[in-house]
Amino acid sequence: MPPDPHPLRAMKSKDKVLIANGQGFWGDSILGPVRLIEEGPLDYLTLDYLAEVTMSIMQKLKTRDPSKGYATDFVTLLDRVLPKAMEKGVKIVANAGGVNPMACKDAVLEVVRKHGLEGVKVAVVEGDDILGELDGLMQGGEAFTNMDTGDPLAPVRNQVTSANVYLGAFPIAEALNQGADIVITGRGTDPGLVIGPLIHEFGWTEADLDQLAAGTVAGHILECGAQCTGGNYTDWKSIENMAMIGYPIVEAGSDGTFTVTKHEGTGGRVSRDTVVHQLSYEMGDPANYITPDVVADFTSFQIDDEGNDRVRISGVKGAPATPTYKVSMSFQDGWKSVGQLTISGPDALAKARLASEIVWDRLKYDGFEYAAEERLVEFVGANVCHEGVAVPGSDEPSEVVLRLGVKGPDRAKVNRFGSELVPLVTSGPPGVTGFAGGRPKATEIIGYWPALLDKTKVRSTVSVHELQPGGPS
Amino acid sequence: MTHATLDQIAYARSGDKGEGSNVGVIARSEAAYRFLRDVLTEEVVQEHFKGINHGGVRRFEAPNMGVLNFLLEDSLGGGGSASLKTDAQGKTHGLALLRMEMDIPDEVLQSVES
Repeated sequence: MPPDPHPLRAMKSKDKVLIANGQGFWGDSILGPVRLIEEGPLDYLTLDYLAEVTMSIMQKLKTRDPSKGYATDFVTLLDRVLPKAMEKGVKIVANAGGVNPMACKDAVLEVVRKHGLEGVKVAVVEGDDILGELDGLMQGGEAFTNMDTGDPLAPVRNQVTSANVYLGAFPIAEALNQGADIVITGRGTDPGLVIGPLIHEFGWTEADLDQLAAGTVAGHILECGAQCTGGNYTDWKSIENMAMIGYPIVEAGSDGTFTVTKHEGTGGRVSRDTVVHQLSYEMGDPANYITPDVVADFTSFQIDDEGNDRVRISGVKGAPATPTYKVSMSFQDGWKSVGQLTISGPDALAKARLASEIVWDRLKYDGFEYAAEERLVEFVGANVCHEGVAVPGSDEPSEVVLRLGVKGPDRAKVNRFGSELVPLVTSGPPGVTGFAGGRPKATEIIGYWPALLDKTKVRSTVSVHELQPGGPS
Repeated sequence: MTHATLDQIAYARSGDKGEGSNVGVIARSEAAYRFLRDVLTEEVVQEHFKGINHGGVRRFEAPNMGVLNFLLEDSLGGGGSASLKTDAQGKTHGLALLRMEMDIPDEVLQSVES
């Protein structure tokens, strides 16, 4: 037998690696990753916190406070699961670093210290943030032409608020090769979080195109969390126990063949149909799924439903990667404001139409006119989502506004409620939308409490403090 | 032939792709896929979404998954955070497509009965 060209392969004893994704996007439920750690075997937990708009928000936070600009949810999660994760030997890979991965690392090390887990290795992947180099790159001839519109960047350069390259999976693999227990990245591809551990475990190289493409398919299936285990599924009535839906896991082998599954006893379902739902999500041209590591062919593979929440994917083909990275930039493009009123019947729709006309007329009277493309009127409940499509005369409203609320003396408890609405987009029934406002936050209820106190019981003082090194001020 | 809605023979999943939406139609059987490949053309989908989509429609085929994937190129009222619409990500466009009415051959309907 010739010597193995990839010595790492020989070092690995595992023939199957279990990789899960517990966070489909910034704002997904904390219960996904908490339960993945607790409810069954696992080798790697991946967590995706970043979307295009997220980077811009994080950049703004960092400008205000140099210690911010990363996904603080990740730190909250680690505080809850880190001891158990390390006890079970689960490694964690997260793009929680945002635009400030070093600050994220500091916060994570603080959690490590708090739980007395000295020895835990935290790696940071950097280099995706090119905001500081943007001018130099443009002077060097890079036009940063808009991929959708074809426009050059120069006229809007001064409005750019974040600029990040989508890095590939190899830096993550390198971090794991160096013994990391936790890997924090900034912007990278979503599937890269899954491919990185596979490269590390199986010693794949840039030349292993079919394996990298298989990892890409696996990563695409996992990247939206419960969207491949029965969340946002057309036949929602057939999905059992959606509240305790299982988040997805792939069992991958060194040849790139893998099985999608979830922990035993969890809700939801893994079937050919739930997996294909997610494969088609934001897929674009299936024959040319471009990542920085490989161009994967989503029309190449076989899907076999093995039953018992197990779906096997084999035969994935890949082609060499393109010579470019995708850059994700955000820029200040104006302002917006959206508000909501609820208007009852009788004649709800007619009154809502009148109300909107009143608003525009009064604004016009005061000198504020908005062009048709600059304003929005939606009568939610009267076919907003499926304009021009829905069957007229149907007994059922075409959509309804769901409004939920809680109150009480415990601010944290009231805030916690707000974290469970947006996750329904990927882990609830299909057709859930309108989440652009993000998480509802607790606002103060102002109570009135009149009382009397003797004047002699009150003494006012004024004092000035300086920050003391190594101690509280 | 039976007059029915597309959801009888297909599933769907949708989301945003730039300033447009990506609508994946997943046939419930191989016979349904073959039928839909012929009747669910770019033109038919363009007409169905005329109240939502103000750009073109492109279709891609993935027979291994039984998927016809559609890109509605201007369906979000501006992409990402620039949209004021309730469904700024096109999350419900898949269900909108499944509401399409069509004449479906009986053998196709029978092929999806489990």
